[in-house]
Amino acid sequence: MSSPTNPSSVLLAGVRFGYNSKLPDVIDLDRFELSAGESCFLYGPSGCGKTTLLGLIAGVLEARQGSVNVLGKDLRAMSSSKRDAFRGSNIGYIFQMFNLIPYLSVRDNILLPTRLHSARKAEGLEAIASTLGIAPLLDRGVLELSVGQQQRVAAARALIGAPPLVIADEPTSALDSAHRQRFLELLLAQCKSAGAALLFVSHDQSLAPLFEKRLSLPDLNRASRTEVA
Amino acid sequence: MLLLSLAWKSLRNRRVTTLLTVVSIALSVALLLGVEALRVSARESFSSTISGTDLIAGARGGGLQLLLYTVFRMGTATNNVKYSSYEEWSKHPAVAWTIPYSLGDSHRGFRVVGTNQNFYEHYRFRKTRKPEFASGRAPASFNEAALGSDVAAKLGYQVGAKVVLTHGMGAAGIMDHDDNPFTIVGILAKTATPIDRSVYITLEGMSAIHVGWEGGAPPEPGEEVSAKKLTAEQLRPEAITAFLLRSKSRIDTLRLQRDISNYLPEPLMAIIPGVAMGELWSTVRYAEIALEIVGGFVVLVGLLGMLVAIYTTLNERRREMAILRALGAGPVKILALFLIESLLLALSGCALGVGLMVSGVAALQNLVEQQFGLYLRWQGFQEEHAIYLGIVVAAALLIGLVPAWRAYRNTLADGLSVKV
Repeated sequence: MSSPTNPSSVLLAGVRFGYNSKLPDVIDLDRFELSAGESCFLYGPSGCGKTTLLGLIAGVLEARQGSVNVLGKDLRAMSSSKRDAFRGSNIGYIFQMFNLIPYLSVRDNILLPTRLHSARKAEGLEAIASTLGIAPLLDRGVLELSVGQQQRVAAARALIGAPPLVIADEPTSALDSAHRQRFLELLLAQCKSAGAALLFVSHDQSLAPLFEKRLSLPDLNRASRTEVA
Repeated sequence: MLLLSLAWKSLRNRRVTTLLTVVSIALSVALLLGVEALRVSARESFSSTISGTDLIAGARGGGLQLLLYTVFRMGTATNNVKYSSYEEWSKHPAVAWTIPYSLGDSHRGFRVVGTNQNFYEHYRFRKTRKPEFASGRAPASFNEAALGSDVAAKLGYQVGAKVVLTHGMGAAGIMDHDDNPFTIVGILAKTATPIDRSVYITLEGMSAIHVGWEGGAPPEPGEEVSAKKLTAEQLRPEAITAFLLRSKSRIDTLRLQRDISNYLPEPLMAIIPGVAMGELWSTVRYAEIALEIVGGFVVLVGLLGMLVAIYTTLNERRREMAILRALGAGPVKILALFLIESLLLALSGCALGVGLMVSGVAALQNLVEQQFGLYLRWQGFQEEHAIYLGIVVAAALLIGLVPAWRAYRNTLADGLSVKV
């Protein structure tokens, strides 16, 4: 499906997923594609299955049908522990909020993926931190940080070790509009310079113009049209 | 190792709960090992009531009875040993020393022991310790007595006081040997053994108070013999109750035991104190078991405290688990993280508990010896202690599996969605 010369970062085809075989499917997706190095805005209001979709791409959830291809690997052919290792090595993930382990310092939080997976190299920590404006905070406890600073630490953690794919799940919804714009610009610039594909999910369509590609999950997901969770 | 450092930092982050949990496990462990030390100390105190004696000989009867009235000053003998027999055995070439005991009288509930200088010289308890005088000296004459420390303390006697002994174990009164009062010439130092609960007189003293008592009752009025009129012949002991014996070589002990039992002039028997003490102790084994059971439950309660402490944090840590999941930590790693936490809590609890117990035993040693006559000591770290601690740690891991398993399930159910 993906050509070796220009591989897709993410390629979903004919994917169906339901949490329970007795309940209707939550995801029914004909095709979803994200090219390598591409930044993509995925519009997703709450209840359209976006957390589920991200779980499928990250390999936490397993599709019932279809093919889930991430960075050239067929996730459905992997064991769950292989998928865990694959996710840790290749995907940076940013949550809506509370991204950080409260009992670790800023530096330890950022370096956590590199300690879990040898494929993620710790090099470039200082550079990433200074670009994101958190270099002076590295040895602080994360609970002393503002929400905006915490999200930038989360971004640094997603970017450390240059993973080819970064997934951001509403990372700006806890920020005010001034910080939101600034954060997004930093994130996009960092992904671009690292050559990482960025899958950015949000219900806030005002952010969409900053991205190369814009998709709407309710349009893609046939399941969400009939079933509103 | 990353998980270890995460578990450590997480516990440190919740330091108050962690500290309380560790302290509760430590107290349980200290109590478990303390109970164990107490149990072994009790057994040691018991079996070291008498040391260095190879055989206890007395009139033929029950071996346990012989042990009880000689060593523990409980119960009474049914028959005596002729003094001539005792003399014969004490001169036996294989015998190193003997200590005669003449029992049967009392003073205000405390037993009177008629013995000779050999008792002060040769009697040993707790391996090498011997009776020593806190004040005064050993009785030498027929109207002198020494007191065990409990007797002196309970009755408030000092050296120089005069006491009247009572025939048999009854209360003071009609059976008093008031024709022959004794002067206290010495008070023994505390030994925390039955020695403390007796009055010591000489064998001659024992004869003196029984002149005219041949029928077992006080002499008729007018027939009392004043102490001043006693002749040397009257003071010569005719019989004793039992005697302790030490053989020159341990090889002789069994032969001496057999020879004493086969002694023709009169029916005697001899017992090996260690063997008889072992039999006696096994009859109170249920008390030991009760102590062990209590110790076990104490540990269980401490571990349940750990379960509660970890379990209550589960919900607030779901977010943390989702983050770790997103970073590629599998559910098994989450499970391991929680188990490592339980392990750390249990190990530090055990370490602190051992420390608490050792220092506690050291601190309480004197108090316990003085108050309860029990020489409490920590016997050092032994294999069974390692087994106990191993069981505690294994039980902690087993109990820690409950929250760990919940965390594992949560992790699978939550995936990357951050709950709470």
